[in-house]
Amino acid sequence: MSKILVIAEHLDGKLNGATARAVSAAQAVKPDAIDVIVLADAPDAIAAEAAKIDGVTKVLTVARAENAHALAAIYAPQIAKAAAGYTHVFAPSTTFGKDLAPRVAALLGVAQVSDVMTVEGSHSFKRPIYAGNAIVTVDVPADQTVVATIRTASWPAAASTGSAPVEALTVDATLPTHTRFVELHQGKSDRPDLQGAPKVVSGGRGVGSKENFEIIYKFADKIGAAVGASRAAVDAGYVPNEMQVGQTGKIIAPELYIAVGISGAIQHLTGIKDAGTIVAINKDGEAPIFEIADIGLVGDLFKILPELEQAL
Amino acid sequence: MKILVGYKRVVDYNVRIQVKPDGSGVVTEGVKLSANPFDDIALEEALRLREKGIAEEVIIVGIGPADLTAHLRNGLAMGANRAIHVQTSEAIQPLTAARTFLKLVEKEQPGLVILGKQAIDDDANQTGQMLAALWDRPQATFAGKVEIADGKATVTREVDAGLEVIEAELPAVITTDLRLNEPRFIKLPDIMKAKSKPIDVVDFASLGVDAADHVKVTHYAAPPKRSKGVMVKDAAELVAALKSKGLL
Ligand SMILES: Cc1cc2nc3c(=O)[nH]c(=O)nc-3n(C[C@H](O)[C@H](O)[C@H](O)COP(=O)(O)OP(=O)(O)OC[C@H]3O[C@@H](n4cnc5c(N)ncnc54)[C@H](O)[C@@H]3O)c2cc1C
Ligand SMILES: Cc1cc2nc3c(=O)[nH]c(=O)nc-3n(C[C@H](O)[C@H](O)[C@H](O)COP(=O)(O)OP(=O)(O)OC[C@H]3O[C@@H](n4cnc5c(N)ncnc54)[C@H](O)[C@@H]3O)c2cc1C
Repeated sequence: MSKILVIAEHLDGKLNGATARAVSAAQAVKPDAIDVIVLADAPDAIAAEAAKIDGVTKVLTVARAENAHALAAIYAPQIAKAAAGYTHVFAPSTTFGKDLAPRVAALLGVAQVSDVMTVEGSHSFKRPIYAGNAIVTVDVPADQTVVATIRTASWPAAASTGSAPVEALTVDATLPTHTRFVELHQGKSDRPDLQGAPKVVSGGRGVGSKENFEIIYKFADKIGAAVGASRAAVDAGYVPNEMQVGQTGKIIAPELYIAVGISGAIQHLTGIKDAGTIVAINKDGEAPIFEIADIGLVGDLFKILPELEQAL
Repeated sequence: MKILVGYKRVVDYNVRIQVKPDGSGVVTEGVKLSANPFDDIALEEALRLREKGIAEEVIIVGIGPADLTAHLRNGLAMGANRAIHVQTSEAIQPLTAARTFLKLVEKEQPGLVILGKQAIDDDANQTGQMLAALWDRPQATFAGKVEIADGKATVTREVDAGLEVIEAELPAVITTDLRLNEPRFIKLPDIMKAKSKPIDVVDFASLGVDAADHVKVTHYAAPPKRSKGVMVKDAAELVAALKSKGLL
């Protein structure tokens, strides 16, 4: 008899696609109900989107001015209260979910399971450790609320053909004032979102400079791909931090991943293990990236990328 | 102000981890151990705050077995004033680690606790958030920039959407991201000096923290391997291969 509460992630009045992936994982538990909770200052439009996700029983909205920004210190006490009566609380394993879920778990006095890859049973899950170099099966005691983050790359987004009812919820929780949102600098981009895109082209240190990165953008735009990067490229200032792919960046699962001028450090590979087809372009034939690439091409990226554009 | 820093020892990030054939764990015998990279960053940030005169004392905390001493000496050589070694031979899960930190927080009354955003062995990414919840104080996770003034921390956080700035009243918990700073190298004379710095050994059991494991790891497996692919000789062949897979 499981009942799952899925925490909706949203920004600027729009539901984040990671939420529908968390719902997929919830469905794998075969629960009696999956409710999505939306905390926001103005939750209606977000709730309407969440109501369409297949498998959702109902959508709960908590409208409060304090919920305008996703601060864990503000959200967690409300979710801990709302979690009463639920056997599971799921959030996507994004920076939003990773910030929030442990705080909720600690308030409930239970452990938290990070990065759920598969559901083995209602209280048993597989998750990666050591940058994905080992996969462990973890069991949560049957009498404990399961608080988990869902590794979005492991789960498809549930379809959007449903029409669940939306209910307003009043949560009686005292909220702290010790944490305040100041601002968000969003990387603005017309390109597809790195986390959901079917095609991704990433550049590494081999690209050499911020200016040179234009060659990556140009090629990506030509094939309609999102753009990612290795940590070395981010650290060197070629691209902003939100483009980092890997253990400590974004974990993605596109159908096509093209790594350009990236050596293939394990921390980077962790982020792309679930990609459908991995293509590597590197001038060093010995680069470790070729050990896992489905298709490899040895050569100078500055020569190959223009040739590829020509050959398309 | 005192700063408490999490200083965990983990398998070095360069080690290629092997799962034991019987699925009972990963091979940790004889592998190189190092400070969790995020904790070196945490310590560096604390030292810089002390150098700016914002903090007076930097205390590193290690929770682990008796042989953690050499690891803690490295943190002292980097510049921490003293260390607290909470001694236990058991593996500590995040909630237990957070409860342990809370005990130390109650005793030391730090203005700031800086932890790594994740330890690169378990990759849990939980301890800081749990401590902040139990302590009922702000959390600023994934910090890429920290400024302390007027009793509050202004922290730039590396989030999926970009960079988020929040303000947290002190005391608070900060967890570090990779780009917060570049940790300094330890110099030889500092290693000598560190020998006389105090390491306070506290028996884990004496803290009265519930040590029951919250989750049980029942099996370890190697990840599914990607098979080695094909090499193509030029751009035209690559485009043809991708087209035949329906990817272009
Ligand atoms: C705790 C920790 C966490 C980390 N997390 C991440 C993470 O999340 N993501 C991540 O990516 N890394 C991460 N790293 C860093 C990782 O270990 C590597 O340092 C990084 O991935 C290397 O980036 P790179 O492949 O771009 O650079 P390099 O390793 O320097 O490789 C550059 C490659 O470009 C090739 N090249 C150069 N010029 C050309 C050319 N003209 N044409 C074609 N090829 C060329 C070279 O042959 C080389 O293989 C982490 C490290 C640590 C310690
Ligand atoms: C196979 C295996 C064997 C293990 N054996 C041991 C063992 O013998 N002894 C042992 O102590 N742990 C051991 N662990 C690790 C232990 O289970 C983790 O410490 C615990 O689960 C906390 O997870 P985390 O460190 O990933 O937490 P995270 O939430 O990812 O850690 C975040 C931060 O919290 C702080 N922190 C967390 N734990 C500690 C700590 N112990 N000391 C100081 N700061 C800390 C650090 O600042 C760290 O950067 C083992 C783990 C595995 C997978």
